[in-house]
Amino acid sequence: METNRRSFLKAGALGALVLAAGGGIYRAVHTPRPQAFVLDGEARAALGAIVPAMLAGALPGGQNERKAAINNTIEGVHTAISNLPLSVQKEVQDLFGLLALAPARRLLTGISGGWANAREAEVTACLEDWRLHRFALLRTAYGALHDLSLGAWYAQPANWSAIGYPGPLKELS
Amino acid sequence: MSDNTIPVKPVAGIIPDPIQAGIARGWKIVDAARLEADRTLDADVVIVGSGAGGGVTAEILALAGLKVLIVEEGALRSSSDFKMREADAYPTLYQESAARQTLDKGIKILQGRTVGGSTTVNWTSSFRTPVPTLDYWRDRFGLTGYDSDTLAPWFAMMEARLHVGDWQAPPNENNDLLKRGLEKLGIEPGFIRRNVNGCWNLGYCGMGCPTNAKQSMLVTTIPSALDHGATLVTRARAERFVLRGEHADELLCSALGLDGVAPTGHVLRLRAKHFVVAGGAINSPALLLRSGAPDPHGLLGKRSFLHPTLISAGIFPQRVDAYAGAPQTVYSDHFLHTGPIDGAIGYKLEAPPLHPVLLSTTLNGFGQRHAEIMRQFPHINGMLALLRDGFHAESPGGTVKLKDGAGVLDYPLNDFLWDGARRALLTMAEIQFAAGAKAVQPAHETARSYASWAEAKREIAALPQKLHMTRVASAHVMGGCTMAGDAKRGVVAPDGRYRELSNLSVHDGSLFPTSIGANPQLSIYGITARLASGLAQALTGKPAPRVV
Repeated sequence: METNRRSFLKAGALGALVLAAGGGIYRAVHTPRPQAFVLDGEARAALGAIVPAMLAGALPGGQNERKAAINNTIEGVHTAISNLPLSVQKEVQDLFGLLALAPARRLLTGISGGWANAREAEVTACLEDWRLHRFALLRTAYGALHDLSLGAWYAQPANWSAIGYPGPLKELS
Repeated sequence: MSDNTIPVKPVAGIIPDPIQAGIARGWKIVDAARLEADRTLDADVVIVGSGAGGGVTAEILALAGLKVLIVEEGALRSSSDFKMREADAYPTLYQESAARQTLDKGIKILQGRTVGGSTTVNWTSSFRTPVPTLDYWRDRFGLTGYDSDTLAPWFAMMEARLHVGDWQAPPNENNDLLKRGLEKLGIEPGFIRRNVNGCWNLGYCGMGCPTNAKQSMLVTTIPSALDHGATLVTRARAERFVLRGEHADELLCSALGLDGVAPTGHVLRLRAKHFVVAGGAINSPALLLRSGAPDPHGLLGKRSFLHPTLISAGIFPQRVDAYAGAPQTVYSDHFLHTGPIDGAIGYKLEAPPLHPVLLSTTLNGFGQRHAEIMRQFPHINGMLALLRDGFHAESPGGTVKLKDGAGVLDYPLNDFLWDGARRALLTMAEIQFAAGAKAVQPAHETARSYASWAEAKREIAALPQKLHMTRVASAHVMGGCTMAGDAKRGVVAPDGRYRELSNLSVHDGSLFPTSIGANPQLSIYGITARLASGLAQALTGKPAPRVV
């Protein structure tokens, strides 16, 4: 896995090419939908792997609570994306489309199996790479996933007590 | 019979809602989302946008007896909707769900999109346009009639209208830390005046004032205009003007659905003798670009400014509770005045309110390290440095472009700005340590949490100041429809008229030839009050009404 990730880092121009083409490929093989963002199977699986890595240290310990918390956050991400302008929804759709394409996923993330089987350490390593990557496109992809995941988590009142935030005045909220 | 397509909701809760009351007494409001066919509407003046510029203009023109129509892209929300929750407020009240960004995604932009525009969600900071800024406009842009003596009565009128005054309560701890840190360093703090009336000191201005204390356009000028017969069209996106030679014939708008995102397919044609563009910087130049407005000197959309803003988090032993209390009450202009205005870039210091979504998305990193800082939330002090852009050859601002028809700001960050970013992050860390911080973490991808000023000084100086590495934000979008004394320097004349069109004016922050160097709302109120009064007189042949 580490090897794959490193080989991606060396992939350089090839990586950029795939990345640039990825959105286009995705759009070409899927029904064009300039309208609303759709969170379909593999994209949902990608979020299912990315959200726990982003929220490590914030998620609850118990397995059921953890699963429910992740699912609530994925729903929150979905809602947040649905509220974006359609042109931005298209950009996010392209990003998830790319993450869902197996060859692109392997090349860009180093994650060889499907997202459903990704280990948290692999995902964390991938996000760390993207965060400081020399390709602006990967840094912005990281930025979008960062804001969507963390924003959807801390938007939920259930997660406020853990950070000592009392929430707004109850009489008015 | 009525034009009113907004259903009246029964008023619930303990705070009277002036908007629901206005609807109940027959305000003319058309919610475009509920239109079931195309619609044509006529007025003397159509105003695009209901924010600072549009609101002020609407009231003055309506008081002058003109038939005014205001068209707003956002929805009509009011105190009974404002529940102080980020999850609701950002999608419903902000442009692009508060996730608007510059083209290369280097700067996040907070801009309002609701009735009242950014004034509905701003933090109430009220400054008159600084004299050095006006002097620069006179010297470099030929705006000779924009000296502070001439503008003073206009600022005074709008301050009275919007209840701008000194803040009587003590600053909250978040602001007081800025004050104490400055004082430790021998710098005298300034105190911010606010446009509030009966403020509860809650700290949720950014999510819409739940008590109607903030004297935004939503509760002042817009209701006044509607009481004087104006029509408000909401959830309608101004697409383009139909131009015939030098004349704007009509404005085509697309109705947005109830989600405020997808167009329904219905079109509104708005006809008027005169049009006022007040959609805010980015949106105003974008509308004129989409319309193919004549621009012989290639200036439209250029010189768009942001006050690119750097952020520093200080962790304190005591509780700061930066979410509670009036969000901005202390400031310093010291670092605007350490050099000449056209030298190395200066910055204004302020404190931001912190709420969980705003803070968590602003803090860099993720996972364990991020969660650890978030657990210290009540102990975090936020500090902001707003770079005063637009006063130097190396600070020409950004350019509004069209991407899939939507306005997007291309604002490259260059070494001139990065130099300011580095100095600003150093200054803020020094102030936070002086105020007693046990740790300081600048909003930067490779910054760590520093335990002393000595360490921070060494490390921050060495941080790579680069795109996506340094967190840069903006809540002040200005320029793009530059106003200037001659056509070679500005597409808009000093009277607010678009030079190449006979019946179109621009009345918003997009007029400014540079950034303001202060939170811009009062600059927009005062300057557009003057422009609107001139327009009222020109259109009616009678002296303009006064709003107070």
